[in-house]
Amino acid sequence: MWTPEINEMIIRGIGETLYMTLLSTIIGYLFGLPLGVCLAITDSDGLTPNKIIYKILDVIVNITRSIPFLILLILLIPFTRLVVGRSTGSTATVVPLVVAAIPFIARMVESSIKEVDHGVIEAARSMGAGNIRIILKVLIVEARTSLITGMTIAIGTILGYSAMAGAVGGGGLGDIAVRYGYYRYKSDIMIVTVILLIILVQIFQTIGMITASKLNKR
Amino acid sequence: MAEILIEHLNKTFQTKEGTVDALKDVNLSVEKGDIYGIIGMSGAGKSTLVRCINFLEKPTSGNVIINGKNLAKLKKKELQKQRESIAMIFQHFNLLMQKNVLENVCFPLYIQKKSKKDARKRAKELLEIVGLADKIKAYPSQLSGGQKQRVAIARALASEPDILLCDEATSALDPQTTTSILELLKDINKKFGITIVIITHQMSVVREICSHVAIMKSGSIVETGNVDEVFAHPKSSVAKELLKKDTLSDSDNKIIQEVGNIKHGEKIRIIFSENSAFEPVIANLILKYKEPVNILRASTKNVGGIAKGEMILEFKKDSTQVDAMKEYIQRSGVEIGEVISDVDA
Repeated sequence: MWTPEINEMIIRGIGETLYMTLLSTIIGYLFGLPLGVCLAITDSDGLTPNKIIYKILDVIVNITRSIPFLILLILLIPFTRLVVGRSTGSTATVVPLVVAAIPFIARMVESSIKEVDHGVIEAARSMGAGNIRIILKVLIVEARTSLITGMTIAIGTILGYSAMAGAVGGGGLGDIAVRYGYYRYKSDIMIVTVILLIILVQIFQTIGMITASKLNKR
Repeated sequence: MAEILIEHLNKTFQTKEGTVDALKDVNLSVEKGDIYGIIGMSGAGKSTLVRCINFLEKPTSGNVIINGKNLAKLKKKELQKQRESIAMIFQHFNLLMQKNVLENVCFPLYIQKKSKKDARKRAKELLEIVGLADKIKAYPSQLSGGQKQRVAIARALASEPDILLCDEATSALDPQTTTSILELLKDINKKFGITIVIITHQMSVVREICSHVAIMKSGSIVETGNVDEVFAHPKSSVAKELLKKDTLSDSDNKIIQEVGNIKHGEKIRIIFSENSAFEPVIANLILKYKEPVNILRASTKNVGGIAKGEMILEFKKDSTQVDAMKEYIQRSGVEIGEVISDVDA
């Protein structure tokens, strides 16, 4: 059964999975990082407490977070068509992946930022630092280890979601697993894809943890 | 004109349990070049007061006037600019943990838009002043408490402030380190003419470096004056209470210091256990060897319900019988310990 076509398909699958995961993580952080920072600083003990903004963001994040990914995937089909012109394939999967990743990332970022010692923030304020500088030079720098650990977890989750997207023709290793393993009873191919997914998660996890501990000066 | 002028300052906090008056009609004036102590028990409002001086806490009412500028009237940007001339150090140092010592000191300089090169040059000079020139590449987690506070002081000096606020800056440090940090602050005050405001609950800190002191109790200042005056004739009950605590711990320190300073004969510490305390060991020792010993210090402690005694003895200078006498003491069932050598540090 290991024809060159299948080998090629699996290699393409790995490529697609990586593409979906990494692109979604990057776009997810593009929106999730500022959103998480906003949540952290507008909370009651944050840098600039603002009950209204916090509550609005909090509710939006909670709503998006509570929709199961598979349902979000289907719910978003019209939106995905609008954005990328089609609803299947790996590029199309990036859209719901990003939508699911943003609130997840935002929560991770929020909790990382909230871990930063209030004393350090106070010291920066006492030196005349404005909020923007405190966010960029104090909060994000001091929280960087925790942020990277969070990113590692986020990548793992997004990778899992991307495999789930295979169920509706999303491409990548998950897609192969569903098509061959489930619809055609080729469990050997399915096992291979599962092992590959495990290896990918392991690689990301290891890279993330090594980077985090390298950067930690505490 | 006073450098720091505080008029009718009130600060009220809203909490779930209701309102808390942290500061009640506080009036204070600090002259340029002064080292001013603000002392009180915890919860007296001194930390809130010091944070009102740089407006980290906005007072509910009243004025804070720094060199003629009323902080309440300043716009946000102007206030941030003003803060550059009011540096602050903290009990827990509050250094950037992910940045090395040099970058920590550079931080306020970057806020003032200094170039990286200039900031680093200046930071190195400052670290020289605080005696940490060899630690510029270290990270705060690799430093001791005293070293961290030195970095914090260097960082505070970076912006060439007129005023340095110290919020319990020595409370997390051991007595020796406290003394060395206070010495450093005194030097800075002399060398750069920086006005220093010190918040503390330790009377010894005030006694060591302050020229003026204000005593706080539940949000109000109950007594102010020259340190000498307040120490000699405390008027308020809080002042008396704080002084009593101070002298208690102080007499202990002084005795130890005197012991350390005597440069005569050999000194030993002897420790009585429960059964030896009743025997006249010292008297017998003197009778037997016909030689005086000097009792420098004696105390008994209640250790787990058992009275344990301790004495510091000094033998006669050039005595030839020291070893024999030590042996006699040990034979009598009394332990011999070292005189702790850090006493004259």
